[in-house]
Amino acid sequence: MSVFPPQKGVAVTTPDADAPPGQPAALSGASAASKSAIFAAISRGETLPTETHASLAGMDAVVEIEGFNLWYGAAQALHSVSMAVPRGMVTSLIGPSGCGKSTLLRCVNRMNDLIDSVRVDGSMRLNGDPIYGKAVDVIELRKRVGMVFQKPNPFPMSIFENVVYSLRIDGERDRSVLEEACEKSLKGAGLWNEAKERLDESALSLSGGQQQRLCIARAIAGDPEVLLLDEPCSALDPIATGRIEDLIQELKGAYTILIVTHNMQQAARTSDTTAFMYLGRLIEYGPTEDIFLHPHLKETEDYVTGRFG
Amino acid sequence: MTTTLAIPPLPPAAAPARPAVRARRRATSLFSAGEPQVWVTGGALVMCLLMIVGLLLLVVVQGGKTFWPGDLVEVRTHDGRTLVGEIASEERYVPDEQALTALADDQRARAQALLAVGDGKVRRRLLRTGNFELTGTHFTWVADFEILSESLPEWAVLLERQSWGRFYGVPTAFLEGEAVREVPDPTGGPARALPPRPEGFTRVAEGPAKAWELFEARHDAVRERWEARRELESDATGEVNARIEKQRFNVRRVELDLEGVPTLKAFKAAVSAEIARAGWAAAQAAAAREGRRFEEPEPAAAPARPGARQGAPAGEADTFERLAAAMRTEADEAAKAEVEFREIRGRIERLNAENARHVLLFSTSDGQEKRVPLDEIVRAMAPNRLSTPERLGVYASRWGEFLGDEPREANSEGGVLPAIFGTVVMTLIMSLMVVPFGVLAALYLREYAKPGPLVSLVRIAINNLAGVPSIVFGVFGLGFFCYIVGAGIDDLFFAERGDNPTYGKGGLLWASLTLALLTLPVVIVATEEALAAVPRSMREGSYACGASKWQTIRRIVLPRAMPGIMTGMILAIARGAGEVAPLMLVGAVKLAPALPVDGTFPFVHGERSFMHLGFHIYDVGFQSQNSEAAKPMVFTTTLLLIGLIVLLNVVAIWVRSRLRRKFNAVQA
Repeated sequence: MSVFPPQKGVAVTTPDADAPPGQPAALSGASAASKSAIFAAISRGETLPTETHASLAGMDAVVEIEGFNLWYGAAQALHSVSMAVPRGMVTSLIGPSGCGKSTLLRCVNRMNDLIDSVRVDGSMRLNGDPIYGKAVDVIELRKRVGMVFQKPNPFPMSIFENVVYSLRIDGERDRSVLEEACEKSLKGAGLWNEAKERLDESALSLSGGQQQRLCIARAIAGDPEVLLLDEPCSALDPIATGRIEDLIQELKGAYTILIVTHNMQQAARTSDTTAFMYLGRLIEYGPTEDIFLHPHLKETEDYVTGRFG
Repeated sequence: MTTTLAIPPLPPAAAPARPAVRARRRATSLFSAGEPQVWVTGGALVMCLLMIVGLLLLVVVQGGKTFWPGDLVEVRTHDGRTLVGEIASEERYVPDEQALTALADDQRARAQALLAVGDGKVRRRLLRTGNFELTGTHFTWVADFEILSESLPEWAVLLERQSWGRFYGVPTAFLEGEAVREVPDPTGGPARALPPRPEGFTRVAEGPAKAWELFEARHDAVRERWEARRELESDATGEVNARIEKQRFNVRRVELDLEGVPTLKAFKAAVSAEIARAGWAAAQAAAAREGRRFEEPEPAAAPARPGARQGAPAGEADTFERLAAAMRTEADEAAKAEVEFREIRGRIERLNAENARHVLLFSTSDGQEKRVPLDEIVRAMAPNRLSTPERLGVYASRWGEFLGDEPREANSEGGVLPAIFGTVVMTLIMSLMVVPFGVLAALYLREYAKPGPLVSLVRIAINNLAGVPSIVFGVFGLGFFCYIVGAGIDDLFFAERGDNPTYGKGGLLWASLTLALLTLPVVIVATEEALAAVPRSMREGSYACGASKWQTIRRIVLPRAMPGIMTGMILAIARGAGEVAPLMLVGAVKLAPALPVDGTFPFVHGERSFMHLGFHIYDVGFQSQNSEAAKPMVFTTTLLLIGLIVLLNVVAIWVRSRLRRKFNAVQA
């Protein structure tokens, strides 16, 4: 899956008739589940209320999303999404390819602004401050949000400079401040012991898994209010994946984490709450255990048990 | 974390269905084994390589042998001529009937025998005989049938001279002049030194061996004095001249402030007369002090300075005072310079007189006698006496002169240092101009401009700009930089220099700018490609850290694109350093009086004309009086130019590979 999910399928009102390429699994599943009332409604283009579990009510939310819509040109990719990301917990977004998970994630730090054709509507708040709006400084907003991408993307500079990048662009020159932040972040990302002897070497000399942990260190160096992980393990081998998952557990509590994943086991292992998305709609949102063991909707159960998707 | 994975055995491969037999071809057919396409494509590449290697070989061989000292051949011909010289080239030709009928009978028989052997052709050789001031020619053709005898005389000596080109002859004696006589200067300056009178010479050594010994013992000292003299003539004199010039411009600048004031002329005349009287009085006093007679007539009394005009603008009187002060300073400086000039002239005279005492006497092959003063001789050798290591020494020394000295004899001899210097400095300034400019333009095109028809149009225009003939850029540079920008600068800052242009003519700066324009498309295109190759993920990573667009460009995109930008710079250097046509219009000259970089502020003189290796090749090869002698220099200079461009490129490539290692490492 590319950084920009194929959006063609999202706008399609009848997935059976006009299959988005590259999603045979979703399609075949959809045909199996096409009798379900929800998928039928979606295929008619209707907007549905999200099945949000009552146990989530009253939790302290870091990111609040309400009635959020997004269009790529004329194609709508998100349909009236509403959810609240609880503080200090790990929330995972699951769903078949092209369902809008990554799009939703990238809305939180407005990375979608980089695409000219994107248009949004609805409200999104970070600790009560609006994320969208004329008065919002995008640069300031992004400094409050950390993000890690699918493929490790260390910058072409030393390990040290990579970690303190967000401090550097704020004009921090005090070497001791930078060194302290570097050590703290690398320790937080579990990379300190491996990297402390080679801080001045190119970040590109690290292995893939190390690079991804370096990206996490870079993302937490600015002390973000929420950490966005966009399929952080999809380019890594199982061992590196295991380390990242352990790391997510360690970071939990200190940071609020929103993670997109294709790996159902990963979502079950690492997250506290889980949101299931399908064709741009948030279908069901609840505690991970409930979503996987006692989902309210049959569609969710079909997906998490691998009957489709 | 260890996981044991049970790898299921692969299902047995099903026997592939036998494909339908289509016109099968034999494994040994030309098309399956030899692939004609491989031969065609490979052949084209080989042709290209052959042409390049052939060109390089020609340049290296021809350019490399120029400085090798060959034997000096003495040839006696049937018609009684004796020629001494180096063999420059040889060829086979068909002699015309007249030349044959003019021969005596036995010689004609011999010639015809030679012709019969050689299919109607006979060998002739081009002898570089030199001695241009005596014979009126540098080279002579000698056909084999004309030759009576041929030898390698031991004491045939080759002289490379300061002027008149080469000289070949046998040294017969060494003459030493009387000691330098000093006579007091009647005008009160330092004592004058007189060279030896013609009758004041004595033969201190007879015969080639003795004369040569003496020559070798004294030549270095004589040349050192000659160098010292040349430095006095150019640098020391130039420095004093520059001081006088500066004062003159100071006066002129104040004068320009008073332009149009009617009393200016009268005022200047009055001040000049005052200065003349003061100078006369000072000279008289000095003469009286030293007890000399002083006979110069007293200058007329100075007229009164014109008074202030009615209704003159405020400050005009002050300006007049400044003018008077500047004129007095100028006069003082001129008086001081006069003393310094005398002193310099005295030193030059002494060096000249000392050098004039040493003369080598030669007899040439045609029996004439020739006196050659030692300071005229740049390098002398008796090639036939030299062993191979000694010849190698001469070879190296000639290369040294070529690389490190100034040209003489209308560029056909001596060195090309000013041209090397001009080429390198121009290329460097060009790179300094074109790279930042091109990178900024490419940044806008790639990072800021919204893609659309206009941007595409601009891109097409830039690509087409690369195809414009370079002479067009030269014309543009002359018309825009020299005549518009340069003339504007002259009007603004150098008004006191009058009609003599400073920046309003061709010069180093304008040539560099013209070439920067010429190479701009190369840099823009290369930079754009490099920017486009920076992965999107890196930019996103930077934005996600809260970086602004410019921070992302400066800290992530540009460093990552730097190797690509360097590639553009390398291409620009390769194109710019080899370009000649536009330079002929905007500042390259046959012989530049001064290097464009020197020790006086501001060190790099962009307004000066300069020499360029490419233009030097054209000039030596096609504008030279003595084209036969200049031909080897063309190859040598070409070799040097190619070497220089390779060197510039190697440096740039080295820098690029360092950057690559730093930024590109193992990024997938």
